[in-house]
Amino acid sequence: MKLNLTKVVNGCRLGKIKNLGKTGDRTMDIPACLLYTKTGSAPHLTHQTLHTIHGVPAMAQLTLSSLAEHHEVLAEYKEGIGKFIGMPESLLYCSLHDPVSPCPAGYVTNKSVSVWGIGGRVEMTASKFMAIQQALQPDWFQCLSDGEASFEEAASIKRARKSVDRSLLFLDNCLRLQEESEVLQKSTVIGVIEGGDVMEERLRSARETAKRPVGGFLLDGFQGNPATLETRLYLLSSVTAELPEDKPRLICGVSRPDEVLECIERGVDIFESFFPYQVTERGCALTFSFDYQPNPEETLLQQNGTQEEIKYVDQTKKIKTTSCNQEMTSFEINLKEKKYQEDFDPLVRGCSCYCCKNHTRAYIHHLLVTNELLAGVLLMMHNFEHYFGFFHSIREALKSDRLAQLKELICRIVLDTSAFQLLTAAVSQKRLL
Amino acid sequence: MAAAVNPTSLESAPRIMRLVAECSRSRARAGELRLPHGPVATPVFMPVGTQATMKGITAEQLDALGCRICLGNTYHLGLRPGPELIQKAHGLHGFMNWPHNLLTDSGGFQMVSLVSLSEVTEEGVRFRSPYDGDETLLSPEKSVEIQNALGSDIIMQLDDVVSSTVTGPRVEEAMYRSIRWLDRCIAAHQRPDKQNLFAIIQGGLDADLRATCLEAVPSSRTEMTKRDVPGFAIGGLSGGESKGQFWRMVALSTSRLPKDKPRYLMGVGYATDLVVCVALGCDMFDCVFPTRTARFGSALVPTGNLQLKKKQYEKDFRPIDSNCTCPTCQKHSRAFLHALLHSDNTAALHHLTVHNIAYQLQLMSAVRASIVEKRFPDFVRDFMGTMYGDPTLCPTWATEALASVGITLR
Repeated sequence: MKLNLTKVVNGCRLGKIKNLGKTGDRTMDIPACLLYTKTGSAPHLTHQTLHTIHGVPAMAQLTLSSLAEHHEVLAEYKEGIGKFIGMPESLLYCSLHDPVSPCPAGYVTNKSVSVWGIGGRVEMTASKFMAIQQALQPDWFQCLSDGEASFEEAASIKRARKSVDRSLLFLDNCLRLQEESEVLQKSTVIGVIEGGDVMEERLRSARETAKRPVGGFLLDGFQGNPATLETRLYLLSSVTAELPEDKPRLICGVSRPDEVLECIERGVDIFESFFPYQVTERGCALTFSFDYQPNPEETLLQQNGTQEEIKYVDQTKKIKTTSCNQEMTSFEINLKEKKYQEDFDPLVRGCSCYCCKNHTRAYIHHLLVTNELLAGVLLMMHNFEHYFGFFHSIREALKSDRLAQLKELICRIVLDTSAFQLLTAAVSQKRLL
Repeated sequence: MAAAVNPTSLESAPRIMRLVAECSRSRARAGELRLPHGPVATPVFMPVGTQATMKGITAEQLDALGCRICLGNTYHLGLRPGPELIQKAHGLHGFMNWPHNLLTDSGGFQMVSLVSLSEVTEEGVRFRSPYDGDETLLSPEKSVEIQNALGSDIIMQLDDVVSSTVTGPRVEEAMYRSIRWLDRCIAAHQRPDKQNLFAIIQGGLDADLRATCLEAVPSSRTEMTKRDVPGFAIGGLSGGESKGQFWRMVALSTSRLPKDKPRYLMGVGYATDLVVCVALGCDMFDCVFPTRTARFGSALVPTGNLQLKKKQYEKDFRPIDSNCTCPTCQKHSRAFLHALLHSDNTAALHHLTVHNIAYQLQLMSAVRASIVEKRFPDFVRDFMGTMYGDPTLCPTWATEALASVGITLR
């Protein structure tokens, strides 16, 4: 595996990772996102519907939390998780946790880390962890690590230090076990940078992990709500400055378009794509524009569109779903709203996804109101395609030195979001009085 | 049973059915329906997409499986999103973007299934909406009006439906009222050139009542087959009645229905029932069973079904059916589906929905091919052998039904 940087602009890295996969002939452009999956399948989508989507990433993300409990089955299967899930052609990265479902804290010890599946907790020592990876045979996998220093509000230096120590110990153990396994030689270990919010520990983690023969780095502990990422951005820059240029940097738990751009500016290459899934689960569709060089006519149309979305008065509901508990953003529209009942436009004009080419907002609205399964399928198809299109535009913008324009476009939407959320809160409060 | 004498229809109703082959032993027929949105080979199984969607699979997926006709439900669609909106969306075809044929039922069955919310009078059925408590009257005229707005290729008369377990004068009342309602539907139908209105034969489990509905009675005007309709459905069955009564009513109906018009047996969908009722002379079928059972993790196979959530499939690396050509069987194992079914990813349900629809359509294709190739009785024997292990282990009712049309299972 080899990472070639084409250019670096304002800290943003544009490049190509070559020689990927079991046959060593796959490539991946960065910045990139990974296809988000649940139990080895894109949410709501079968192979057929997944492949109607344009721009599906070359690499999919699997989560150990959903697969660890199937260890025995996979060991008996012998042919690896890619074939088992019906995605033998895809590159696969296995993370520890699912970015959408937080796991309970307090289960990391000096000897083990736990993940939470449908059947409950699965505790893994380094050897059990590596045995599971041996059965999975992913292309890349996140090494066993202690990510809990970032859970607490004001984690102590002691806790931060422990997270780094433990993670390095796990890493060394896992690397040793990898050497002893022929099967695991074919997989790449991704080292995990820990250290909570303590600069010193973060730097130590970066430097020490970089000394080991890992194929890339996962920046853990930067996730949370938008506010927490803000405060950790300075940490992020310092960390990536310590990492070698020629290895990819992944980040977990960050998927919102504005946050993605902030992290790319600070040297991150690869992201998870769970944001479009969260949008889908609340019955919403991504509509934000990433067209940073529209023609003047389009600009006018889009401006009118943006005006439309800023109708705070009727959007007084906080949208909470059981799996996401996230608030709606200005990157999306809520198809459950009555105003879409007779709207025969596609979700996004000009979008080339299956849903926009074949169906209308009115139809999606009907499916949501009647609780039909197809709503999730069609929204997921659109939201993934829209999101993958966004990443494509990031790469194009970097290529043509127009990232500033793209960033401006996205920031304007975020300002709408914050203003919208502030106003929503204000209106709800007024209602309570 | 006496040899059936099938009358030809007396009027010039549109002939939408072309017979391609007939079994020389049984009453099985292979044919082709000529419908506004394209031809449909019969016998045909029509999957049910109640609320303008086929339960988690896209129109493209359904088309790729070879489906050329499926169902929508007037009662549900009439409430949500309503006929006015669907008309604005260029009919149900436009609204759900389905390029092939649609059949809508009248809303009559909901009288039975939602009986606590309904009240039947000569005027129509008064429903209380489960969604907002509002009262609606579904009359024959209203039902046809909604179906005209939906624009489906085949529309059903509003019939007075009683559960097949009901006996007594209510059954007779419902049968006669259904005929009167048929006449009202025919009178109200605004688009006979674009939409084919089918009559529904009622009469419950009473042979005399059924016969009355069908047969010529010189002094009465009760002959449904004399009505100017392009097709007939056999209704009021597939409820809680015994299989013995069921098949006899089907056989009686097909013996009196015109040969040159399609016979649609409503609500029938188990594989065995399909095969037997094809032998008895039915052409069209619909049932929620295959799609519904898929969402419970059950996959249909020639030997019955696989409850894929069960532990025995945890390490079963074979596809659901190695002879099935559906996308699910091409790509996935029982073990993977088992794992996925135990997760909260809805994709598991869609995989099984795709397979179960494929199973039903492939079954009908195979039935049709055997009729065309003059080996239907052998097909039936093979089918029963595979399903029950031995033809002699086939359920009694099925053996009797098949025997009545000249097919023995020994």
